[in-house]
Amino acid sequence: MEPFTTHTGVGVPLRRSNVDTDQIIPAVYLKRVTRTGFEDGLFAAWRSDEHFVLNQEPYRAGSVLVAGPDFGTGSSREHAVWALSDYGFRTVLSARFADIFRGNAGKAGLLAAQLEQSDIELLWKLLETEPGTEVTVDLREKTVRAKEFTAPFAVDDYTRWRLLEGLDDIGLTLRHAAVIDEFEQARADYLPVTTPIAGA
Amino acid sequence: MAKTLAEKVWDRHVVRRGSGAEPDLLYIDLHLVHEVTSPQAFDGLRLAGRPVRRPDLTIATEDHNVPTVGIDLPIADPVSRTQVETLRRNCAEFGVRLHPMGDAEQGIVHVVGPQLGLTQPGMTVVCGDSHTSTHGAFGALAFGIGTSEVEHVMATQTLPLRPFKTMAVTITGELRPGVTAKDVILAVIARIGTGGGQGYVLEYRGPAIEKLSMEARMTVCNMSIEAGARAGMIAPDETTFAYLKGRPHAPAGELWDNAVADWRGLRTDDGAVFDAEVVLDADELTPFVTWGTNPGQGLPLSATVPDPERIADENERVAAEKALSYMDLVPGTPLREISVDTVFLGSCTNGRIEDLRAAAAVIAGRQVADGVRMLVVPGSMRVKAQAEAEGLHEVFLAAGAEWRQAGCSMCLGMNPDQLAPGERSASTSNRNFEGRQGKGGRTHLVSPLVAAATAVRGTLSSPEDLVTASAGGTNTAASAQN
Ligand code: SF4
Repeated sequence: MEPFTTHTGVGVPLRRSNVDTDQIIPAVYLKRVTRTGFEDGLFAAWRSDEHFVLNQEPYRAGSVLVAGPDFGTGSSREHAVWALSDYGFRTVLSARFADIFRGNAGKAGLLAAQLEQSDIELLWKLLETEPGTEVTVDLREKTVRAKEFTAPFAVDDYTRWRLLEGLDDIGLTLRHAAVIDEFEQARADYLPVTTPIAGA
Repeated sequence: MAKTLAEKVWDRHVVRRGSGAEPDLLYIDLHLVHEVTSPQAFDGLRLAGRPVRRPDLTIATEDHNVPTVGIDLPIADPVSRTQVETLRRNCAEFGVRLHPMGDAEQGIVHVVGPQLGLTQPGMTVVCGDSHTSTHGAFGALAFGIGTSEVEHVMATQTLPLRPFKTMAVTITGELRPGVTAKDVILAVIARIGTGGGQGYVLEYRGPAIEKLSMEARMTVCNMSIEAGARAGMIAPDETTFAYLKGRPHAPAGELWDNAVADWRGLRTDDGAVFDAEVVLDADELTPFVTWGTNPGQGLPLSATVPDPERIADENERVAAEKALSYMDLVPGTPLREISVDTVFLGSCTNGRIEDLRAAAAVIAGRQVADGVRMLVVPGSMRVKAQAEAEGLHEVFLAAGAEWRQAGCSMCLGMNPDQLAPGERSASTSNRNFEGRQGKGGRTHLVSPLVAAATAVRGTLSSPEDLVTASAGGTNTAASAQN
């Protein structure tokens, strides 16, 4: 997982609250057998509307999503985070996230940064009056900046540390590889193995 | 300190204790893999350039998607075909043992592990499938995991986890003839509710459980998840050891003796404290069937369709109303008068040899009722071979049932075995959710004995009903009561 220290990119105002994971990526896109390529399912229903924000330049190339409160509710599908990342988003700003979404995001390297709703409103205005404005999200300082706008954001310390270090769950566990090795040495000798195939 | 069985198994597998908010790191002894939940996990490994750490503790089979007829032909459904082909490619690339369609050891992942002797007492077993709880019948701690956890286990052979709570489910007394493990677990779920087990490992115990065969114990543990539990367990005993002895992957010789000595210690200590306890009396249980759209909506077969008006709890009343409308049932109708179009005998709950034997004994010399189709789908190719060696397939075929290849089949209808909209089934599987067996399909969960009797009468029935119906007749109904 790529470390996340600071990111600057085009801000996308998504003036909607309660964006659930079915809206982020509908179930029909879940049948894929790869771990990548979910960008085509991102906001699939809305993207069929030409007025949808991601169908307009310069938002199309956005990487900082500024959304209404209660983002990521509904089914726990991890694909919602994958779809946002695959599209190119590095961070989502919102006044409130669903717990499971926030957890999944942290695991997959997407920063879910929590701002005051009043700050979200200010950002929306800025991004709408000056489309293409770049937003800088600084995880070390825990601040969001765009032009004259500056605001703090909240993220829990554990997730922040993991993102700064670029550690996914597996990376974290593998820091303890030596302890795992040691544990394996001491396992009971009667425990089964699947290979070679017994009785074959 | 006195410990429960679940705590003992947990403690044996802690690689590293978490401190504070940090979870424990738990070692995984066996990882079962199938085609639906593994592709993205393998792809994640590939993207990160990581190998499967212990392919020798991993085994894969094709089950959810596989057709149960024409298995020598390419799979017609493109999504199913892609998943199966992807599994084959991934297993070849990462060096994982795979039993593909047509292989003598292919079958439902939860039937295959135990029959190979890979599931043993005291182990930790995981699979990207919620019915992994099945393996708890051996006194293993076995639970389902999500796709990113599948990747985690592949890469590290461990999982970061917080300990589960423990619940004792004690079944006192003795089961009456014709009452099976399926009836026990349906009654347990009806009692504690589909959310009653949330966060818990259920330990089934008491005299009625100790008398159960291994296959019956697997039926009980299999459905723990339907009570919301993470896992179900039963302490290993002589029945467990006898089942395991001589299986392909069971220890042999001196290792066997060491293993058994160790396994004998795997029981809840006297004085150990559970976080919750439930007691059911086996003597009071009768054949149990579901009337609604979750496994907790069940009643004795002798009951009538419940009247939502009489349900005090508001949420449950609304749920019952919705369920009855979906199921197209009228309150007050005797459950025995509900007629079905399809009977499905199979799944990881009831697709083992004993289940097939029990159903065959009921149906022998009888006919599947007009207008009813009965699908018999063995849980694995090995179960199928065994059944054929015993001539059970001929019993089913002579009765007019269909004898199929192994797989999940109509348990979830990912393959072509589905209910048509509005069709009704009596099914030995584990989920009666809306649309589970096909869009608009209606499912009644039943035991293999009830499934067989229902096939004969065309309405929900127990073998006793067949005896009464043909009293003075010459058939062999008496043998159905084992
Ligand atoms: S038989 Fe049904 S419950 Fe069991 S693994 Fe297959 S789909 Fe899941």
